[in-house]
Amino acid sequence: MAAQLYKDGGFVADDWRHLGDDDLLPEAGAVILPLARFLESVATAPASLKLAVLLRAADDPDALAPHLSRLELIAVDFAKFSDGRGYSTARLLCRRHGFDGELRAVGDVLLDQIPLMRRCGFTAFEIVHAPTRRALEAGHNVEVPLYLQPAERAGERPAGARAWARRPAASPV
Amino acid sequence: MYRYDEFDTDFVSARVEQFTDQVRRRLAGDLDEEQFKPLRLMNGVYLQLHAYMLRVAIPYGTLNGAQMRKLAYVARTYDRGYGHFTTRQNIQFNWPRLKDIPAILEELATVEMHAIQTSGNCIRNVTADHFSAAAADEILDPRPYAEILRQWSSLHPEFSFLPRKFKIAVTGAPHDRAAVQVHDIGLQAKRDADGNVGFTVFVGGGLGRTPMIARKVRDFLPEEDLLAYCEAILRVYNRYGRRDNKYKARIKILVHETGVETLKADIEREFEEIRHGVLRLPQDEIDRITDYFAAPPFDADADDGSLDRASAADPALAAFVERNLHAHKAPGYASVTISLKPIGKAPGDATADQMDAVAALAERYGHDEIRVSHEQNLVLPHVRKADVPAIFEGLKAAGLAEANAGLVTDIIACPGMDFCALATARSIPVAQRISERFGTPERQRDIGDLKIKISGCINACGHHHVGHIGILGVEKKGEEYYQITLGGSGDENSSIGEIIGRGFSYDDVVDAVETLVDTYIGLRETPQEDFLAAYRRVGDAPFKEALYGTA
Repeated sequence: MAAQLYKDGGFVADDWRHLGDDDLLPEAGAVILPLARFLESVATAPASLKLAVLLRAADDPDALAPHLSRLELIAVDFAKFSDGRGYSTARLLCRRHGFDGELRAVGDVLLDQIPLMRRCGFTAFEIVHAPTRRALEAGHNVEVPLYLQPAERAGERPAGARAWARRPAASPV
Repeated sequence: MYRYDEFDTDFVSARVEQFTDQVRRRLAGDLDEEQFKPLRLMNGVYLQLHAYMLRVAIPYGTLNGAQMRKLAYVARTYDRGYGHFTTRQNIQFNWPRLKDIPAILEELATVEMHAIQTSGNCIRNVTADHFSAAAADEILDPRPYAEILRQWSSLHPEFSFLPRKFKIAVTGAPHDRAAVQVHDIGLQAKRDADGNVGFTVFVGGGLGRTPMIARKVRDFLPEEDLLAYCEAILRVYNRYGRRDNKYKARIKILVHETGVETLKADIEREFEEIRHGVLRLPQDEIDRITDYFAAPPFDADADDGSLDRASAADPALAAFVERNLHAHKAPGYASVTISLKPIGKAPGDATADQMDAVAALAERYGHDEIRVSHEQNLVLPHVRKADVPAIFEGLKAAGLAEANAGLVTDIIACPGMDFCALATARSIPVAQRISERFGTPERQRDIGDLKIKISGCINACGHHHVGHIGILGVEKKGEEYYQITLGGSGDENSSIGEIIGRGFSYDDVVDAVETLVDTYIGLRETPQEDFLAAYRRVGDAPFKEALYGTA
């Protein structure tokens, strides 16, 4: 199966594996655990096993505060693209808690939502929707590259007099 | 009024391109209808009963002649020659084809208009007092703040997939003409003793199936905190608002179920985290935006007495002056309400020719400014009293001179079953029949101020809960059936109307309204005591008795 992880402008191999609540914890490798399981495993997991966490829509990102400095990756689940709680989760992680590892959107991740997710701080996307994958591979850009509110995406710069306007980092003036 | 700079122009063009691409991908099958739906709704495109509907944003209800002419052009070219002005100060076109919508949006962009966030589960068009910058009782113009909120909320990355729609209204006058207490966020601008600007903040108002008056969460929010505080409210709502049932998803339900004190504490906690951050409004930016809304230069000799003389000679003009002129802050000026409620016609509709006529009058006599009121009328906010007779003649020629502002025939009605896929009963024909029943000038004026509001289903787009007389059309055993509420009001003394008793059939509902009106006439203490005041004094008993007898 082709790589599903879209990151830094391309599809790349994914070192991480999702585990459910009942899957056995391996001795080594890199796994993404649901929040409750992560919290109960984090102290006892072997050093050879890297842990990341999956936040579902209703999970409170504050619960991760004591662990953030050691987390390389946080995945945020969009079970339905129309459930927008994950956008707030991302902004709280990035801005409130200063998380600067990989923030990954998983689940019902669609082309038109990716620009919004990026602005909220997401840096990686697991893509299962075939038309979205095709569009990303073709470099199809659907973004309005002018923003009317400050957000978390790195490199955005102020635009003009308005305190709240921004432009993306790479855009030509 | 606000004018686009290069950034705004590029923003709207990019948005048109983006939506054009989304339509293309929908037609190509890359997006299914469920995926496309929120995207088209965020651009004002609904799928109605018979066709797509396009709702165009008129931010805080302010537009100029060129923009009105463009709306006329769209009505003529892409629709059936008319448009429908809405209770949220927008306009909707009922018959465009999906494939034409990108072209319509391009046309609108040439006059700094768009359809962004006129629908969908996002922050909607921000509304404001339709007499802003004109009303004699105004403390300050709320529109600069509405514009700042409009900008901040446009394509907001965090708040585009909220539990449900989110409506913000702002007023700057003690008499609330923007119905702020029935909005998700209601803002009442005011000044403190030192002249600083701030807002009383209300949260959790709304109509729909579960009507609620908003709760006050801040008495005086300093203006520099406006965006940070709204972001705090939205973040709390986005995280905790219910998503399991769309009829319980508005913030009013969260306020109700959580309790206003707890929710207020959540909002304040969030606000404390962000209040000193990037959203704090710099005074020079507030001033820069405010400058766009500077009032036109007013003439010292705007009233030469000619209006009084002309009114004395023309009873029709005198009636128009009495009902459709609103007191202006500048001496010799007035605001003119252009009624879109001609007797027997669909409330809020205007033909392309009528739009052009209004544009011409605004350009010639009204400093090129037009407003849309939430009562589905148009307003020329700044006119010289000396020009009113000429404006009246122009409106007569366009069929827009009905002298019924605020009267029994100035009815708000939703599109109802004639257009809407959700409706369970007709509302426009009921409005038309009531309008015809009470349509003679003498009778209307004798009845005095009376707000009748009609919704064709429980979603309450016709705001029946806040009508002095509210009418809700429902379906019962395959028949349309109309429930009547009394005593609702959407101003600074907001109240939700009470159901008076069992409903009436389509045939009988107009008689029932007439019985209520006649009962009021019989019991009012003076002709100056209006329907709502009389109802609040005597309660529902005499009205019940008149409708249903004493048994």
